[in-house]
Amino acid sequence: MTTKAAAQASGYLADSRIRWTEWLPWVAALCGFFLLPEYLALGARILIFILYALSLDLIVGYAGIITLGHSAYFGLGAYVAGILSAKLGVTDPMVQLVAAACAGAFLGLITGAIILRTRALTLLMLTLAITSVLLEIANKATSLTGGADGLSGVVVAPVLGLFKFDIFGKTAYLYCFIVLFVGWWFVRRMVYSPFGTSLTGVRENSLRMHAIGAPVYWRLVLVYTLSATIAGVAGGLITQTNQFVGLNVLSFESAGELLVMLILGGVGRIYGAFVGPVVFLVAQDLLAKQFPEYWYFGIGVMLVLVVMFARGGVLGILDGILSRLRRKA
Amino acid sequence: MEAFLASVVSVAFHGSALGMILYVISVGLSVTMGLMGFANLAHGVFAMAGGYILTTAISRFGVPFPLALVLAFVFVALGSVLLERFLYSRLYAASDLEQVLFTIGLIFIAVAVARFMYGTLQQPVVLPEYLKGQFPLLGRDFPTYRVFIIAFSAVMVALLWFGVERTRWGAMVRAAVDNRAMAQSVGINTKRLFALTFALGSGLAGLGGGLGAEIIAIQPTYPFENLVYFLVVVAVGGLGSLRGPFVAALLIGIADTACKYWLPQYGAFPIYVATIGILLWRPMGLFGTRA
Repeated sequence: MTTKAAAQASGYLADSRIRWTEWLPWVAALCGFFLLPEYLALGARILIFILYALSLDLIVGYAGIITLGHSAYFGLGAYVAGILSAKLGVTDPMVQLVAAACAGAFLGLITGAIILRTRALTLLMLTLAITSVLLEIANKATSLTGGADGLSGVVVAPVLGLFKFDIFGKTAYLYCFIVLFVGWWFVRRMVYSPFGTSLTGVRENSLRMHAIGAPVYWRLVLVYTLSATIAGVAGGLITQTNQFVGLNVLSFESAGELLVMLILGGVGRIYGAFVGPVVFLVAQDLLAKQFPEYWYFGIGVMLVLVVMFARGGVLGILDGILSRLRRKA
Repeated sequence: MEAFLASVVSVAFHGSALGMILYVISVGLSVTMGLMGFANLAHGVFAMAGGYILTTAISRFGVPFPLALVLAFVFVALGSVLLERFLYSRLYAASDLEQVLFTIGLIFIAVAVARFMYGTLQQPVVLPEYLKGQFPLLGRDFPTYRVFIIAFSAVMVALLWFGVERTRWGAMVRAAVDNRAMAQSVGINTKRLFALTFALGSGLAGLGGGLGAEIIAIQPTYPFENLVYFLVVVAVGGLGSLRGPFVAALLIGIADTACKYWLPQYGAFPIYVATIGILLWRPMGLFGTRA
């Protein structure tokens, strides 16, 4: 469904230099910092979910692995950062983040190596089962995770010992901004590399990739691990900015909402992961509290409409309009 | 020893009741996925709809229990035909991702509609007098309603198996599951066949949801919370098969009840781990022929 768009956005022959339009999200994010100081908490949340959606885009959009269980790695990262801080007294944010990343990578490698041997429904089922196992552990191991009450008392020391997390969320916003930038740079490099191209090859025709001698299974395990690592980092960030971890980071609904964000933006094109969370979370902030019933109804209808009529998401629609304008000009 | 034996019998009995319900709900999903390769995550929506129809019919309109069961089946089957014609059928050729997303969208819509109409509370089931109380069997007392569930489901299962194994319609379904292109080319109208089978499977899910409303609570988050169970039954049992999901459903029903009885501190943890283990051992399910 994204063949054409992906061929334009990446591919071995594509120009890998950063185009001027690719700086726009960063300019917008910095403008947001200066112009909307009262929305910085929401802004930090959006930045984190962009990173999280980016990690999902790697495996769903580029490698074509359909998962309903990506919240496992996000949730693990969140709990690792939270437990380190609240139970073990490790308050340095960098250490927490690295630990969250390592935990995500470790789980991603182990589960990926196991589940990527299967396909289709079985794979879908296994991703769901792994997340359910983690959710069950988090729910029952109350001494460690706080169970259904959540894990509170998360303390985060100043970043690098210099920048304290303030009540207005300025530090948190910039901190998430920088982590997202690093994550984006990493993902972008990977997508434009021969490795990224081989992933697209696996998605489009796995049999043929086998035939030309590409180690399909190991490439998938590698990208799954990397994606889980990034999701773990995003989980660590959400703990640090909320200073609280709840069971919902591991729930099926949250994995579903993440998929919705990515689809809304557009799959397999990096910047879909930027647009989706902005639209989704802003809309959620405006509507969800007043009309919770209509909110879920709205998400559902939107998802159905996107699948039926606008398979490229918001960016796909923009692409269509732009190419039509170009043809006229 | 006598106490242990009593608890074993009790776990087996309640587990069988749960397993039967899971089977009646999930068998349609197995056939849908096997026949058209459609990843219908929204199957639980049909079960939930059946549950709401049954409870509403009984408590608000005073419909007798057996008629309410029939209504749950008929309304859900009719509703699913509309959904199939207008929405599902457009996505048969679409990728797995699109089918998954579309059906998740349907779940979100159904959850919202259910919450809007009924609120977040669990729907109470009003049982008729003759299904209340205890039923003596082999010197023990069993809850009558659970006995009814097991017996009724067994009859439904027998009818279904007879239909699929012994009738012309069943032969066509089996042919289409094995090789759709070939079935089509020998003149079977697979489109109509599928619409009919989809309606039957959804109707059964509605029936199962209504029948099991007392065991699996009817509330708006039903399709989300029980999705794993329905999928486990189908994935462990094997796609497109009738017997596989039956064994899987009974195994899961009994294992789940046993875990809740003897190992409540672990919750559903052992079930998920066992599922992962079985799927790694046999990725196509216990009785499946393809993934």
